[in-house]
Amino acid sequence: MSNFLMRNWWKLLSGVLLLYAVIAGFTADIPLKPITEQTMRNLFYHVGMWFGMMAMLVTGFVYSLRYLTKFDQKEDVVAVEAVNVGLLFGFLGIFTGMIWATFTWGTPWVKDPKLNGAAVGLIIYLAYVVLRGSIEDVHKKAKVSAVFNIFAFVLWIVFVIILPRLAGDSLHPATGKNEIAVLPMHLDPSMRVVFYPAMIGWILLGFWIMTIRVRIRRIKLHLENQ
Amino acid sequence: MLLNEIKYLIEKEIKLELKQKYVLNGILLYLISTIFVTYLAFDRIIDVETWNSLFWIILLFVAVNGISKSFVQESPARHLYYYTIASPQAILLSKVLYNLLLMAILSSLSFILFLTLMGNAVVNVPLFLIALSLGSFGLASILTMMAAIASRASNNFSLMAILSFPIVLPLLTTLMKVSRTALVSDDWSGNWSFIIILLTINVTVIILAYLLFPYLWRD
Repeated sequence: MSNFLMRNWWKLLSGVLLLYAVIAGFTADIPLKPITEQTMRNLFYHVGMWFGMMAMLVTGFVYSLRYLTKFDQKEDVVAVEAVNVGLLFGFLGIFTGMIWATFTWGTPWVKDPKLNGAAVGLIIYLAYVVLRGSIEDVHKKAKVSAVFNIFAFVLWIVFVIILPRLAGDSLHPATGKNEIAVLPMHLDPSMRVVFYPAMIGWILLGFWIMTIRVRIRRIKLHLENQ
Repeated sequence: MLLNEIKYLIEKEIKLELKQKYVLNGILLYLISTIFVTYLAFDRIIDVETWNSLFWIILLFVAVNGISKSFVQESPARHLYYYTIASPQAILLSKVLYNLLLMAILSSLSFILFLTLMGNAVVNVPLFLIALSLGSFGLASILTMMAAIASRASNNFSLMAILSFPIVLPLLTTLMKVSRTALVSDDWSGNWSFIIILLTINVTVIILAYLLFPYLWRD
């Protein structure tokens, strides 16, 4: 039993944190600002999707690097599942953002650097999935897609960094002047106590889903090889 | 040693290209007819914004078409032969340099055609030429790498486009920004940071390609 807890405490933590984020996120007193009003509560869920996506894509990148040093199938399985969960978070982030944007900006999609950066990220990783699908040989598939993943991730990060400079001001709060809205000094204390636990919860949930999917894929591989 | 290998490999590329002239002629005709179709589609003087977007989008499509053949033109058996006699870095750099040559021809031709057919919108010519040369280099190196990746998979052609378009976006959006200012004003001041961004992207791409290509080349 204690062994079980030792290995799985972070899953429990993820559940507790997210439960807290849902309850406190809807009930806490938050300062109401014009335009956003009560929709500001979406910050705890929408931004969490981006944190989750980023954590997953960084994991995918790291495991692609590891694959190219070891050529072990296990690394590739983690890389591809990290990307899959990253895509899931990415789509959820886009959808939660579109609903939010409809209420605050009056339209589901605006030409905003953050939206475009996210959308391009999704296109890149969908291309990664298509690339994997069009290679038959397992080892070749793992190697070529690892190379693409590393190349694409670096260029995507470059894109996300330079986009705000190219596009000027973003509609997202407090960007463009090197202020990041989710840093403590720009976030009200009453929101901080919900926001940071929620972000940790989402990232841990991402890893939880990923480990389950990795196990499923390993079992499938094992059965195929028998 | 490496330089020597690169020199011979580029010579080989050029000889091969001149031997099968129809490939080069095909891509040149593709460029000319695309620009002519655009010229006929816009029958009045177009504004700077449209000029700029059309120019770079056409150049992107032509570049993808021209470079996608880089690793599929020769047979796998011939690739195996090159594998035994040359280092992967030499292969990659020779392909990039050869494609850079191709891009130089394609981009200058499309610039000349745009000037004659779509009207001269460029105010700051040196800045535009800087953008054009940095863009050619960036497109050549990114697309060579994508062609190498796409050549390892089936349904090669559509895959080349799917992989390349989102990847070239950081380069392309910066290029469009720089060239748009070259179209509207003579002012250099705001552009140095973007030129530095372009240089950084080019250097990053070349380093990544140099490190990663050996994994693609070894089967």
